[in-house]
Amino acid sequence: MALDKPYQDVPGTTIFDAEQSRLGYHLNQFCMSLMKAENRARFKANERAYLDEWLMTEEQKQAVLARDLNWCIRLGGNIYFLAKIGATDGKSFQQMAGSMTGMTEEEYRDMMIAGGRSVEGNRVVGEDGNAQAHRQPQGKAGRKEAH
Amino acid sequence: MARITASVYTSHVPAIGAALDLGKTGEPYWQKVFSGYDFSRQWLRDNTPDVIFLVYNDHATAFSLEMIPTFAIGCAAEFQPADEGWGPRPVPVVKGHPELAAHIAQSVIQDDFDLTIVNRMPVDHGLTVPLSLMCGQPAAWPCPVIPFAVNVVQYPVPSGRRCYNLGRAIRKAVASYDQPLKVQIWGTGGMSHQLQGPRAGLINREWDSAFLDRLIADPADLAQMSHIEYVREAGSEGIELVMWLIARGAMSDNPPRVAHRFYHVPASNTAVGHLILENT
Repeated sequence: MALDKPYQDVPGTTIFDAEQSRLGYHLNQFCMSLMKAENRARFKANERAYLDEWLMTEEQKQAVLARDLNWCIRLGGNIYFLAKIGATDGKSFQQMAGSMTGMTEEEYRDMMIAGGRSVEGNRVVGEDGNAQAHRQPQGKAGRKEAH
Repeated sequence: MARITASVYTSHVPAIGAALDLGKTGEPYWQKVFSGYDFSRQWLRDNTPDVIFLVYNDHATAFSLEMIPTFAIGCAAEFQPADEGWGPRPVPVVKGHPELAAHIAQSVIQDDFDLTIVNRMPVDHGLTVPLSLMCGQPAAWPCPVIPFAVNVVQYPVPSGRRCYNLGRAIRKAVASYDQPLKVQIWGTGGMSHQLQGPRAGLINREWDSAFLDRLIADPADLAQMSHIEYVREAGSEGIELVMWLIARGAMSDNPPRVAHRFYHVPASNTAVGHLILENT
C-alpha cells in the first residue's frame, strides 16, 4: 500500500521526505562539505572540478552551477543544505528564499515588510494565489530571465 | 528536588543573530524585532535559572544526512558555536549540564521516548539566537544549557502529540532529580514561515495568533493538530512549531501566568513570536 502523502497538493512547496532525501543524498552532502572554509575556497576556485568529486547526477551538478534552487529542490535538495551554497556565495537567507519566487531582491523584501505572502489562494493546488504554478514567475527577476 | 519554573518560546531566525553580531540592532527594521525582547532580557536577569533545557532544531549543521536523530539530547560539558558557512557566530561557548542531562536521558528513555545521546555537537543558530535574544551579548551565558535537538528538517518530523507527551516525560524526569535546581525549558523555532519554492515568504498572522492563544490555554488540544495543517497554514518551515509543544508539555497542569507576549512580522522571511510562561 502506498504511503499517505497529503502534502503533495500544497502549491509551490516540496516536502523533504525520505524519498526526496534518498534522491538528494549526494547533492546535500556536497552542500554540507561547504561548511569548511578550505572546501569553500576549493569550490570557488573550480566549481565543476569540485562537483565532479561527488556522486551527484549530471543534472544535479547543472542545477548547482545555475544556482537554480527550485531545480535543486526538485532533484532532492533541501533548503537548509542548499543554504551552504548561498553562504559560500555570500548570500543571505532572504536573498536565497526570494530567488525561488522570480521576484527581485527588493520586490521580495518589500513583500515581507508588507506582512509576507498571504495564505489565501495558496493552500491547495488549483486555487488562484500567487504561489500557484500558473502565476509564475512572480516578479521582474523571473520575467527578465524568460526573455 | 529540581523543578521547572518557567518556559520561554521564541523564533530563532539566523538573520537576527547576524543583525546582533554586525551591530545592526539600532536600525529601524531590527529595532522592531529587538524591542519585543527588552522585557525578556530584564526578566531573565531577575529570574536566572540554574539550567536552561533548550529545545531547538539543527539546520544541517551537526547532523548531515549521515544521521538523522528524531530527538537528540546534548550530554557534553560544552558545545561550540558552529560554522554554518558564514563563519562561527562570535558568541560564548555553551556550557552543558552533563549530570542533569544524563538523568533526563535515562528517565525519558525509560518512559518510552528513544532519545539519541550526543556527546559531541556543534550548536547552530537554532540554539544560539534564542540565547542572544534573551541575554544580549554577554561574555558568558548566564547558566548551563542542555541542548535538545529535534528533527524538523526531514519529513516525517515527530507529531505535535508526541512532542507534547515528551514534554510531560521531561517534566517528570526533572522532578525526580535530587538537587534543588530551578530549570527553565525553552521551545524555539517558528512561527509561520516558508523558505523554499514559489510559496517562499508565506506568513499567516491570524493562524499564528490563534496558535499562541491555544498554546497558553489548551495545549493538549493544540497538540492534536496534524502536520499537514502546519504546512498548509504556516508554511513548510512553520512545522518547527511542534517544538514549542515540548516546552509546553513540560509545564505544570495548572494554568500558567503569561509574563510576556510579543509578535512581529517580519524578521527576514519569518514571523517572530515570543512568549514567557511561568508556572504558578
